[in-house]
Amino acid sequence: MKLEDLRKIREKVQKEIELREGKARVKIVVGMGTSGIAAGAREVLKTFLDEIEKRNLKDVIVTQTGEKGFASKEPIVVIEEEGKPNIVYGNVTPDIARRIVVEHIVNGNPVSDYVIEVGGK
Amino acid sequence: MPIFTVLICGGAACISSGEEVVKNKLISLIKDKNLEGDVKIIETGCMGPCQYGPVMIVYPDGSYYIHLTEDKIEKIVNEHFIKGRPVKEFLWETPEARKKVEEKKIIPFFEKQLKIVLSNCGNIDPENIDEYIGKGGYEALGKVLTEMTPEEVIDIVTRSGLRGRGGAGFPTGLKWKFARDAKGDEKYIICNGDEGDPGAFMDRSICEGDPHAVLEGMAIAGYAIGANKGYIYIRAEYPLAVKRLQIALKQAKKYGLIGKNIFETGFNFDIEIRMGAGAFVCGEETALIASIEGKRGQPRPKPPFPAQKGLWGKPTVINNVETLANIRHIILKGPEWFASYGTEKSKGTKVFALSGKVKNTGLVEVPIGITLRELIFDIGGGIQNDKKFKAVQIGGPSGGCIPEEHLDTPIDYESLTSLGAIMGSGGLIVLDEDNCMVSMAKFFLEFTVDESCGQCIPCRVGLKQMYNILDKITKGYGTIEDLERLEELAKTVKTTSLCGLGQTAPNPVLSTLRYFKDEYLEHIIDKKCRANVCKFEFKEERVKEKI
Repeated sequence: MKLEDLRKIREKVQKEIELREGKARVKIVVGMGTSGIAAGAREVLKTFLDEIEKRNLKDVIVTQTGEKGFASKEPIVVIEEEGKPNIVYGNVTPDIARRIVVEHIVNGNPVSDYVIEVGGK
Repeated sequence: MPIFTVLICGGAACISSGEEVVKNKLISLIKDKNLEGDVKIIETGCMGPCQYGPVMIVYPDGSYYIHLTEDKIEKIVNEHFIKGRPVKEFLWETPEARKKVEEKKIIPFFEKQLKIVLSNCGNIDPENIDEYIGKGGYEALGKVLTEMTPEEVIDIVTRSGLRGRGGAGFPTGLKWKFARDAKGDEKYIICNGDEGDPGAFMDRSICEGDPHAVLEGMAIAGYAIGANKGYIYIRAEYPLAVKRLQIALKQAKKYGLIGKNIFETGFNFDIEIRMGAGAFVCGEETALIASIEGKRGQPRPKPPFPAQKGLWGKPTVINNVETLANIRHIILKGPEWFASYGTEKSKGTKVFALSGKVKNTGLVEVPIGITLRELIFDIGGGIQNDKKFKAVQIGGPSGGCIPEEHLDTPIDYESLTSLGAIMGSGGLIVLDEDNCMVSMAKFFLEFTVDESCGQCIPCRVGLKQMYNILDKITKGYGTIEDLERLEELAKTVKTTSLCGLGQTAPNPVLSTLRYFKDEYLEHIIDKKCRANVCKFEFKEERVKEKI
């Protein structure tokens, strides 16, 4: 093994470790309270994971949170990005989740039709 | 890509409190509920808070679960992994405020700690070399082999101020320099993992939690002194540490990081693991060398020191596990960085194994120079059941007791020695009002009497005589003359024994005589043990005499 080979392994694994510890450029937080789950949050979450894997986005993390307290807008998804206000989406379906990944996370344009709050947690 | 990564502590303490059952339950539940893609499980080395085991951390939120059971795991899977709600009542909480805390960083146990040596312990999978590399592993070895001369490596270690963490505190750079300057075609590096002190488990935890750091430190040391071969001497009572070291060694060899032509620089370094049978004296360097050579583990007089004449008569450096685990950090971050922690004469951090009557027992790493009070009351959380603190025993059977009036002493090599204790390998046993100091001294003496190799008379005969006197006192037969004889014997054994075992074995007696003489006198004059530990037999004996 050469020093460059070692560094290649390091870079790859470092990223994985950072992601598991919650250090990422973008964090997708899916509200998974009872009403969220009932409204299909689990499917939405799966779709996010799927899209991120497919597009090989190495600095995006998907995580869950409990009830967001806005049951009529479930499933609710918050996109947290470093240095930017949080964007909260409501009534997210798997299709919208795919659009959020492509338009918002990859291209930087929030899918404005489904944004219900900016700057909220 | 998993949503959650579970780090479950696979340190020996968590394993003995049921980690395996919990882990298996977790694995089977994850499988039953089809969460295999969502939850990744990594078994790590010791995370530190052994008292609360089995423990696990769930990332990315960092929820810290303690005292896990199968039932708790079931609820955590249902609530946290399926619904995304951490189960608050199972999370670590501070006893004082009864306040639930969700994040590792606001737990007082971690607040005053500084983890350098333990930075990977509990954070990576010790059985996966890639994880170690992901944390910068083997980068320091690459740096010294490609950019530095051996002299430069020794210079960096010298300037860092690192001192041997095995207890005596000899400057590591100087030891390496002696071995480098010694003449010899072959030289050796030995890693001393023979941690035999009652109450000490730092080295074990490092080997279990970050075995590659030890291998990397040895390879760097090998390059520095001109050795191509290293031995890890570790006791057979540490099966998990041995297993993880073996796995690590195999993986490092496979990657070519240990073995021939490392990083294609022409440097060869091979490591062998030798298991000791668990004799306390084999932690002494000359006895350890004899043991590796296949002889009986007995010490020999020094000089010549191992740096001149060590294993098979060749120049040898023996470094403790923790010392070696520091090396890579010093190389990567520089000697000035390392020297910025600690006190004027003692640099860096020290790992302590907190045990005894303290609330938070476990493994902690703190900057040298922190006070005993901070260590016991802030990090340790104070005394169990709100009893009164009596003393802290530092350094195992070679160490001594420090009473309350010295709690604000900063912990470093010199100040501990001046108080009659030693840094030792870092075992720290907290004693409360229910501990009898005379019995405590007797306990440690019984250990050293058993472990004496018997080679020299002061240690073999002197310690046994001291033990007999302590036994007499704890049974209520002691006299004032006994106390004088005990002190005289202790001083004689200390000054005339051949090796470190005998020279330090009287320390528990001497330090308790220094700070707790009144307890000895109570036993002798009043036939009273204030902690109600000693059971006096004299009444029964008198009846026997009459018959």
